[in-house]
Amino acid sequence: MLDVTDLDAYYGLSHILFGVCLRASRGEVVALLGRNGAGKSTTLKAIMGLVPPARGRVIFRGEDITGKAPHVVCRKGIGFVPEDRRIFPDLTVWENLEVGRSAEGNGERRWTAERAFELFPALKELARRRGDSLSGGEQQMLAIARTLMGNPDLLLLDEPSEGLAPLVVRVMAEHILGLKRAGITILLSEQNLQFATRVSDRAYILEKGRIQYEGGMAELCADAEVRRRYLMV
Amino acid sequence: MALLIVQLLTGLANAMFLFLVASGLSLIFGVTRIVNFAHGSFYMLAAYLASTLVTALPLGPSSFYAAVILAPLGVALLGGLIEVCLLRRIYRAPALYQLLLTFAVVLVIGDAVKFFWGTENRTGPSPPGLSGSVPILGQLFPTYDLAILLLGPLFALSLWAMLHRTRWGILIRAATSDREMVGALGVNQTWLFTGVFVLGTWLAGLAGALQMPRVALTTVMDSTVIVETFVVVVIGGMGSAFGALLGAVLIGVLQAFGILWLPREFHLAIVFILMAAVLILRPWGLLGRPEAETLPPGGAVGLGAGGRLRAPGWVWAGVLLMAVALPPLLPAYYVWVLVEILALALFAASLQLLVGTGGMLSFGHAAYFGLGAYGAALLMKRAALPMPAAFALAPLVAAAAALLFGAFCVRLSGVYFAMLTLAFAQIAFAIVHQWYDFTGGDNGILGVWPSASLATPVRYYTLALLAAAVGLGFLWRVTGSPFGYTLRAARDHPRRCQAIGVNLRAHRLLAFGVAGLCAGLGGAIFAFSKGSVFPDYLSMPMSVQSLVMVLIGGIHALAGASVGAAVYKLLDIVITKYTGYWQAVLGGVLACLVVAFPHGLVGFVQARWTRMRTSLG
Repeated sequence: MLDVTDLDAYYGLSHILFGVCLRASRGEVVALLGRNGAGKSTTLKAIMGLVPPARGRVIFRGEDITGKAPHVVCRKGIGFVPEDRRIFPDLTVWENLEVGRSAEGNGERRWTAERAFELFPALKELARRRGDSLSGGEQQMLAIARTLMGNPDLLLLDEPSEGLAPLVVRVMAEHILGLKRAGITILLSEQNLQFATRVSDRAYILEKGRIQYEGGMAELCADAEVRRRYLMV
Repeated sequence: MALLIVQLLTGLANAMFLFLVASGLSLIFGVTRIVNFAHGSFYMLAAYLASTLVTALPLGPSSFYAAVILAPLGVALLGGLIEVCLLRRIYRAPALYQLLLTFAVVLVIGDAVKFFWGTENRTGPSPPGLSGSVPILGQLFPTYDLAILLLGPLFALSLWAMLHRTRWGILIRAATSDREMVGALGVNQTWLFTGVFVLGTWLAGLAGALQMPRVALTTVMDSTVIVETFVVVVIGGMGSAFGALLGAVLIGVLQAFGILWLPREFHLAIVFILMAAVLILRPWGLLGRPEAETLPPGGAVGLGAGGRLRAPGWVWAGVLLMAVALPPLLPAYYVWVLVEILALALFAASLQLLVGTGGMLSFGHAAYFGLGAYGAALLMKRAALPMPAAFALAPLVAAAAALLFGAFCVRLSGVYFAMLTLAFAQIAFAIVHQWYDFTGGDNGILGVWPSASLATPVRYYTLALLAAAVGLGFLWRVTGSPFGYTLRAARDHPRRCQAIGVNLRAHRLLAFGVAGLCAGLGGAIFAFSKGSVFPDYLSMPMSVQSLVMVLIGGIHALAGASVGAAVYKLLDIVITKYTGYWQAVLGGVLACLVVAFPHGLVGFVQARWTRMRTSLG
């Protein structure tokens, strides 16, 4: 479904990504692991078109979307949930969802605010609350729900477990598995290996902007040497 | 009592117009992050257009109302055209270029109005059916104002409903806090921006058209209204439509009562004093929210080609030789032109220190140039100092004012810094303009001539050349000193700079003072060459002129400011010879410069030069 080859990206003058290659097949949950500053967020942003790739190709469902504007990428069926969630603080929960709503995508699987509230019942009671009055977990749920409103087939989740209480992390893992069951392909970046293990089928390890390891989640868990070398766990 | 109530109602009616204009400006700023100087021009254009439509439309009495509806639509259409053709290209550019581009639009529209409608004041027709007055508590109150008072809340409510109850309004509010995220959620920002710009322009146009029967139409109503609108928006909080309402009511009422109770010197200054007070206490306005400062590297002005221009020594020697040897051979008129260029070079170079080296986008630099000029004139006329002493002390007057105003300004950055510098410049302008007993008001001060021993053109030129050399040399030294490096570091990465223990505010304040000192020296040279001083020297157009000179030369090259001043003055002379529409030409040149050469002429040459040298090895 997603095929990234030889991706290079810069932030201003600093070179962040060096020939990143990765792929995600339909229905998979793929984890992008690595330490702080390894280039995980930049990879997701480059796919989304938020950071223009300097080199390489991003192919989505056979179509070249390299460097297209974010709204174009979004309309092709890729949804992005940023690391810091970026909830619109002045807007209510319902209004935040409205910004993400799209008329595109096929009818039966189209997301509505009601369906989003079914998935995240906690949000329903908060529908009229302002975005800046939500807790971290609530914001994360809203950020995901807001992106789902665009009917994505591929979801890019940037550190979904970051800054959440351990109990909420567990709930979040369940939600992600629920989205997988709903047929959404997911590429997530993560530093929390336990969380990633719980939800993902395969993993890539990024270090200093290069892919250093690629394999099934089970193999990665079994390989203590790789874990120690790249993830220090 | 009745007088007070009528005065209050008048203030509120004025506030409604301010609200319409300011809410448009605020919406545009919120979504596009562009401070649109041209907003007042759309207001003026709509007023003129409506006055013409009233007589041109064959609808009898109802043509007035048709005109009030049609003129704003026409202006909104023009706004959309300008957004699509010009502004769209510079949304990612540093704030400086955006401001200058919208100012170019101001100049062109200003001259267009002069061209089509002439420079004489016009009065709009009275509104059929609403032309009389109604008695309120025994006082007469215009019926039309009463109608406006009723319409105002209706507009405010409609705007609120649009922003909160429609998808488009929700998108506007979302984009105001995080436009990138709105794009990532699948919204095409291009059309959102165009739509908001058209809406904002329409609001300005509506205010202009409705204002038509109330005030005399003049060719300066654009700058009057834009300055007041800035004040309203800054007080209320940029990007907040309700801040605009609050700010408009505050300003409207304050002005209405200020006229009754305050001495005349303060009438113009009062609103700016309120604005300065709000910015000092709540830098983001009453209802604005603190912005996560996401300035690009290089701050509000962007990074330039880098490096200083290292022209070969013989170039400098040649320029100096010409500057010394040539003037005695020139006709007196050209010697005076050279003197003026020297004054402007100091003015521009001192601004370059702030904007280019310091990344501090000042929109009120003329205050220090003007205070230097007034300092010289007042020291000579009122303190009866001999001319050389007045000349030497004048820059200190400007520096003192710069340190005083700067102390408040350096607490802010980016667009808010620009707005506060503008506010202080307007305060200085307003006081100079209205304090007849001391500054002569808008009559200025005449007879400010050099002393007898310096009175020939070449002698005064020699003095000016010496003074300019000292000033420019000083600025050159400052730029190349560790202090100058710190300023550049603070410009590019304020946080990192603070983290290694640099006191940002102290450095910026010192730079502000130095810039004020040198601008004041330029002002002193200017004052004695003209023989008179006028409030115009402190005005907003003068401040923008200095930015244009810096931009022509290239904001990152100190030498650029002098080149920019010379090019600007010569262009002025040449173009004025051929056409009365110098402003429109300047606007056109400015727009081309911003879109084509964002690093200025010297920056352009510099980049070429570096490329040539590297290619030669």
